Amino acid sequence: MRLPCPHCGERGNEEFVFLGSADPVRPADSEAPIEDWIDYVFLRDNPAGANRELWHHTYGCRSWIVVRRDTRTHEILGAEPARSLPPPASTSAAK
Amino acid sequence: MRYSLAVLLKNALSGHAHWSPAWRDPEPKAAYDTIIVGGGGHGLATAYYLAKEHGITDVAVLEKSYIGSGNVGRNTTIIRSNYLLPGNTAFYEWSLKLWEGLEQDLNFNAMVSQRGVLNLCHSDGQRDAFARRGNAMRLNGVDAELLNGEQVRELVPLLDFENARFPIKGGLLQRRGGTVRHDAVAWGFARGADQRGVDIIQNCEVTGFRIENGRVAGVDTTRGHIRAKRIGVAVAGNSSRVAAMAGLRLPIESHVLQAFVSEAIKPLIDMVVTFGAGHFYISQSDKGGLVFGGDIDGYNSYAQRGNLPIVEDVLSCAVALFPSLSRLRYLRQWGGIMDMSMDGSPIIDRTPIEGLFLNAGWCYGGFKATPASGWCFAHTIATGTSHPLNSAYRLDRFATGHIIDEGGKGAVPNLH
Repeated sequence: MRLPCPHCGERGNEEFVFLGSADPVRPADSEAPIEDWIDYVFLRDNPAGANRELWHHTYGCRSWIVVRRDTRTHEILGAEPARSLPPPASTSAAK
Repeated sequence: MRYSLAVLLKNALSGHAHWSPAWRDPEPKAAYDTIIVGGGGHGLATAYYLAKEHGITDVAVLEKSYIGSGNVGRNTTIIRSNYLLPGNTAFYEWSLKLWEGLEQDLNFNAMVSQRGVLNLCHSDGQRDAFARRGNAMRLNGVDAELLNGEQVRELVPLLDFENARFPIKGGLLQRRGGTVRHDAVAWGFARGADQRGVDIIQNCEVTGFRIENGRVAGVDTTRGHIRAKRIGVAVAGNSSRVAAMAGLRLPIESHVLQAFVSEAIKPLIDMVVTFGAGHFYISQSDKGGLVFGGDIDGYNSYAQRGNLPIVEDVLSCAVALFPSLSRLRYLRQWGGIMDMSMDGSPIIDRTPIEGLFLNAGWCYGGFKATPASGWCFAHTIATGTSHPLNSAYRLDRFATGHIIDEGGKGAVPNLH
């Protein structure tokens, strides 16, 4: 499996470290309902099919990237810098 | 038919042409008392113990493929009960005790071999951790021996004791651990359940649940609708997919784990040896092949196959531990889909939907748990409440904070 780093081009997956799904959104702060935190920390959609996930190009440019990948075939559907993700709720609130 | 020496001799004299199938191939009925979704080791064991321990025989096991096609035939066949935490120790020890009597119970040769499981240590800190684990095991009535380097050298002389990075300083040995022929476990439980009246229905994939007023009423399958008032789900890597059909989200990610077997050689390694520092485990099958594995690939997958970096990593571990294996060829490698839970421990519990029960989150430790998992899941389904042995394996423990983090790693399923 090779991942298309937006900065470095296509590289072997041994250069990357996997974090997990890019979908969970961190609750605004410790005042958020406990259910939101349980959801964010523990619960996952875990789809069989297209999955948006965070990878770190640890042995390359050291950037976080968001990869869309089919978990049934390992086919890569796209990749973009992680800064394209929506900011955490707390950051939006501060603006 | 009860298997015995007399039956074997009789069939040998007639050229083995008259054996009857080990289990029936029935058409699904319109309704059952209880349905088990998933005909793997855990599902079959559940059906077996439902019939044997609780007298519930109006049971169907629904398997989307054929018996033995999933993780029960894709593991490295190791059994052990060397767990540290309360909630785990008693459960896995009960599993090991069931393994010890399983072949007589099932009247089926599963080749249970208590050849010992040895965990190697490489530093004072690791030896201290093993001493603590061994003490916890012995306090719970589990056998454990802390060995020094010389004692390990007598048991497994081929190890690279003077390895520059990980010199071998000792180990924690559980002599009652060992290996079991995994296909025979699936077949033995299938045959035992079938003999007690359970219908094992292969090539029957569940496509949805019928839920009426918050209670399960049945399942839709590729072979039609089947009604049942109790449904147990034991589908390993597909837990999230099946639970989603009932509207549940689980604290689980599915990951691929690869395993390997080498060409057959003469007897070389007579116990299970594990290398925790590099995460690697190896034993030798009765056919002579070395059976080994290591880390999961580390990313979500339903593909049942992995990638080459892990192959290289696992083979590097093999050669680091046993330099004499460097010219051995490996024969086959395969992948299975692991239901990696957020704390590395399993779930055997009711769900918020009345009549729907869940058995999931085994990470890559499910094989050794097969008998106790089925035994406890059967108890939970039959009585509607947990047995003390699985009372810690609750679905809501992630919300209540009672997680069982044996690895001490946190909510990172790809690291458990």
